[in-house]
Formats: sequence, structure tokens, C-alpha cells
Amino acid sequence: MSSSSPPTTTDEFIKGLWRENPVFVQVLGMCPTLAVTNSAVNAVAMGLATTFVLVMSNLAISAIRRFVPKQVRIVTYILLIATFVTVVDYAIAAISLPLHKALGAFISLIVVNCIILGRAEAFAGKNPILPSLADGLGMGIGFTGALLTLGVVREVLGMGTLFGVALFPAAFQPWVIMVLPAGGFFTLSAWMLVFNALRRRQRALSEPA
Amino acid sequence: MSAPSPALAMTRTLVGAGVVCGFLIVVAYELTAPIIQENRIEARQAAVFEVLPGAVATATFQLQADGSLQAVPDETTAGDLVFAGYDAQGGLVGAALEAQGMGYQDTIRLIYGYSFDKDAIIGIKVLESRETPGLGTRVETDPVYQANFDALDVSLDAAGQALANPIEAVGAGKKQHPWQVDCITGATISSKAIANMLGTSAAKWMPAIAARPEALARPEGAHVQ
Amino acid sequence: MTPEPHWQILLNSALVNNFVLAWFLGICPFLGVSNKVGTASRMGAAVTFVMLVTALATWGINMLLDTVGAPYLRLIAFIAVIASTVQLVEMFIKKTSPALFKALGIFLPLITTNCAILGLALLQTNKGYDLGRAIIFALGSGLGFTLALVLMAGVRERLELADMPDLVKGTAASLAVAGILSVAFMGFAGLGS
Repeated sequence: MSSSSPPTTTDEFIKGLWRENPVFVQVLGMCPTLAVTNSAVNAVAMGLATTFVLVMSNLAISAIRRFVPKQVRIVTYILLIATFVTVVDYAIAAISLPLHKALGAFISLIVVNCIILGRAEAFAGKNPILPSLADGLGMGIGFTGALLTLGVVREVLGMGTLFGVALFPAAFQPWVIMVLPAGGFFTLSAWMLVFNALRRRQRALSEPA
Repeated sequence: MSAPSPALAMTRTLVGAGVVCGFLIVVAYELTAPIIQENRIEARQAAVFEVLPGAVATATFQLQADGSLQAVPDETTAGDLVFAGYDAQGGLVGAALEAQGMGYQDTIRLIYGYSFDKDAIIGIKVLESRETPGLGTRVETDPVYQANFDALDVSLDAAGQALANPIEAVGAGKKQHPWQVDCITGATISSKAIANMLGTSAAKWMPAIAARPEALARPEGAHVQ
Repeated sequence: MTPEPHWQILLNSALVNNFVLAWFLGICPFLGVSNKVGTASRMGAAVTFVMLVTALATWGINMLLDTVGAPYLRLIAFIAVIASTVQLVEMFIKKTSPALFKALGIFLPLITTNCAILGLALLQTNKGYDLGRAIIFALGSGLGFTLALVLMAGVRERLELADMPDLVKGTAASLAVAGILSVAFMGFAGLGS
């Protein structure tokens, strides 16, 4: 940070979308990424729930960062994160019971999503409120986007629908495997390849040999 | 402002965070609890209407240890419950019951409707399942399989303590008697599992309710849609 | 509503609904520490052990919360219990068996953030298991986790020697292998009925 100019709030927001994308680059939060992406709706709901928790915990942690002694910092973070997750859990159940059922235990499991504690420890605990908000929002949207890319592929191929709307004529035989657990692994693996290839090309273009 | 001792700072932080978090959670719980409960009751009622065609109101009853049925509030979730469905005139259409058992992948939960007039199961609806999409889930969509439950015979034997003919799963297209369930080729385990679940549940419940529809008479304030 | 028999719970949790390959719980250690069969089996043992202790502890917590009537504290209580359980187990093993501690030591802190443990606690609550069933469920889940981890490590040890394009190496290859394992485990479905 010595030679280049300090990152702006916009930079903190942008980095989560692509350069430090939590799923494809940092390989964090794999459990929900694979588990709830069998339909696009579930993927978006999970992404938004995680984004909410991420933003709130980043905000809260950044706001209290000066008052928290180092020894109890992780405990305090987890306490805050668990609180926001509980709130989200009840909110989803109040908004839509079927959605709450579809996401199941994975809403509560946001607590142990490494992305959230990771951002708290690596960013929000050391930075002012505004950049922390941008960081949380960027990471959250990057996470939602990654989930959506998986959810769309799996739903279109596995059920022949997108957001519940049928895309193909009735003769289309859906690839059932895509909505099964195995399909989650395969889809993520394929996307990883695509992103690796894209990033490699980008690097090759920016550093002429 | 002098720096507090580390122990004091730690305690202060943890207690402070605990109080704030506790407050937030309780507020969220208090705000959402009534909505969630309403959602639950509505979902259950919709399911009852689906398996008891013609019903427009429901009431919840609980099977007591002495074998009697007692009306309980709609939000009750514990104990052996039976949901009575009534038509617009308040007449009893039938009773809906929940059953569950192991399917192909995981536990299947379903609700089924019993008609006193026909002395038969007249409809089922799967509430929860993780069966293979396109194969096991055909138990929910296959019209031939669903036709098994247009009138599945659950009449009692002479003593009134057991089913006259236990519900029986048979191979696809082999159904000969009204108490048999035609299975689906390609979803044999799932369709058999449902027949078994219904068999177990009916064997337990029919002796308790079939002979006395009057015990399920419409109480005051039944839940109307 | 007849409760599930014990053998069915064991079979289902270990094979049919394998924590890693069907529920996607504990993917992080599954991808992280599955490059050697030796480490994988030790990690599996550590997780199974912590699962058993957690099952016991969360069952108690549940009883307590139900009597007090504070279901909304469940998540926080579970997290706290798991974190302290892992600490206690670590201290206990360090005292009683330094050899075992050496073998498991580095894995124990990792287990706190392993979603398989919290997942176990939550699923056990959702399914409404009694103490005996909870213990069996934890045992089956732990065995299933270990099995998935060891199988994965076996494949990855071989993959090390294979000539693959750079692009595929690493996470992408591991995920594809996990997918194939998951397909193989689908063959177990129906065992429990």
C-alpha cells in the first residue's frame, strides 16, 4: 500500500465481485454453494441471506472494533454473526415457509460459512465503517452471483426450467443428475475450469511475456 | 480516559455484546413468531383441503390416551393429531392424517384424507420428500399412481379393531382389490414406501376414528378459509 | 409415527445420506486435508470423536432450552457448545495421550469451523432423535465422513502421479472426483427401506 494509492471504497466493493470472488477465487463457503444451488430461486435466496449477514456483521464489527480486546475478538464476532443468522432464519420463515424448508439447515449453517468470519477477521476488524460496508456488500454480491451461476446451470439442465418457468418443449429429457448432489460437484468443477481459463488469459494479456 | 484493565475490558465487551445480541434475537423472535405460526397453520389447512375435496373449514383434534378425541387449538403440533374437514354447511367431509416413513433417499412425510361415507382413503399429498427428481417424485405426479387413492379401502373387520384387509403394495398394473396399491415401475421403492406408510398409519388410526364420526363434529370457531 | 430403527439410522447416515457426498457438509476439510490417506483417516477419527461428544452435549442443551422455553437461543448455544467441546477435547487428549494429540493436534481447531459438526447438531434436532438415536446418528455420520475422506484421499494420491493439464489441477479436479464418488454413493439409496 506504500507506493500505490490507498484503495477507495469503490475498490473495496469491486474486488469481491471478481478479483477476490469468495467462491471461485478464495474457494470459501463451499457447503452452501453446493447444497442449495439445485434451483435458481434457492441460490438467490441463500445468496441474499448470506449478504445480509455479511453486511450486518461487517458493519457491527467495524463499529465496535476499537472497544473489543484482542483476546475475546473471535468470540465476540461469532456471537454477533450467530445473532444475525438467527434473525435471518426467522425472517425467511416468516416470508415464505416453503423457501425456509427448501434451504433447511443451511440457513443456520451460514454461521460457519468461512466467508463471514474471514471478512470479519481480515477486513472489518481493521477498517472503518464505510469501507467495511462496501467490502461486505461486494463479497456478498460476488457470492450471490457465484451461487446464481451454479443454480441457473443446474436448474436449466436438471429440470428444464429457469426460476420455475419451463424453457424447453415437453420432449426435453431433463438431466436429472444435475439437481442431485453429484451434479453440484460437476457444475462447480466446470465453472472453476472456466474461471481459471479466463483469469489465466487475463493475466497473459496484462503481462506481455 | 485511562485504559481499563484487560480483564475488565474483556468482561465489559462480552457482557455488552451478549446483552445487545440477546435483545436483537428476542425482538426478531417476537416480531416473526405470530407470522410464522400463521404460515404453518395456513400451509397445513391448504394440504387438508387438497386431500379432502369439498372441505372449506378445518378443526384440529388430538387422540387422548384413553382413546377419546379432543378438540385442540390449530397451532398444536405435538401429539397424535387428526384434522377434520367440514363443508359449507358444517357437515363432516372427512378426516386428514399425517404419516411418515423411510423412502428411497430419506424420510417421506405425507398427509392423507379419509372419507367416512366411502370408508376409504380419498387422496394423498406428499409434504416432504427427497426422492430422486423424475423417478421417485413420480409418486406425486403420476396420474395412474394417484388413482390408487381415489378410494383406497380401509374398512375395519367385524371386531372393529383392525383393518379388514391390510393395505398391500402390488406390482404395476396388478391391482385387483380396492385395498391394493399399484406401484410405479422405476419408482418401486418410493411407491411401496407410501403404501406401507398408509398401511401402518391406517391400522393405527381407523379403529380410533372410523366408527365415530360424531367425535369429530364441528366445534365452535372451526378454522374457515 | 413409528420412530426409525437404529440400524436404519446408522446405514442412512453413513452411506445413503453421506454427510459429504449427499449433504455437502464438511466440504472444506474434505477438499483441504484429503491428499494423504494417513492424514485423512486421522482427521476422520477426530471428527467422529467430536461428533459423538457434540451429539451428547447438544442433546442436553436441547432439553434445557425446551424446558426453559427459549428455542431462539439454540443456534448461539450450539456454537458455544461446539467451540468449548473442541477446546475440552483438545485439552483432554493433550493430558491423557500425547501420542494421539500429536496425531490429531493440528486438526482439532479446524473442526470448530467444520459445518459437519454444527450440521449434525441441527439435523439431530430437526429429526427429533432421542439420546440413543442421536448417538447412533453421530456415529454413522462420523463413519460416513471418514469413509468419504479416505476414499477421496486414495484417489488423490493416484492423481498426483497422473499427467494433467495445469488448468485442471487443484480444486477443479478434486471436485470432479467428488462428483464421481457422489454418483457411486447414489447406488446405496434404497438400502434403508
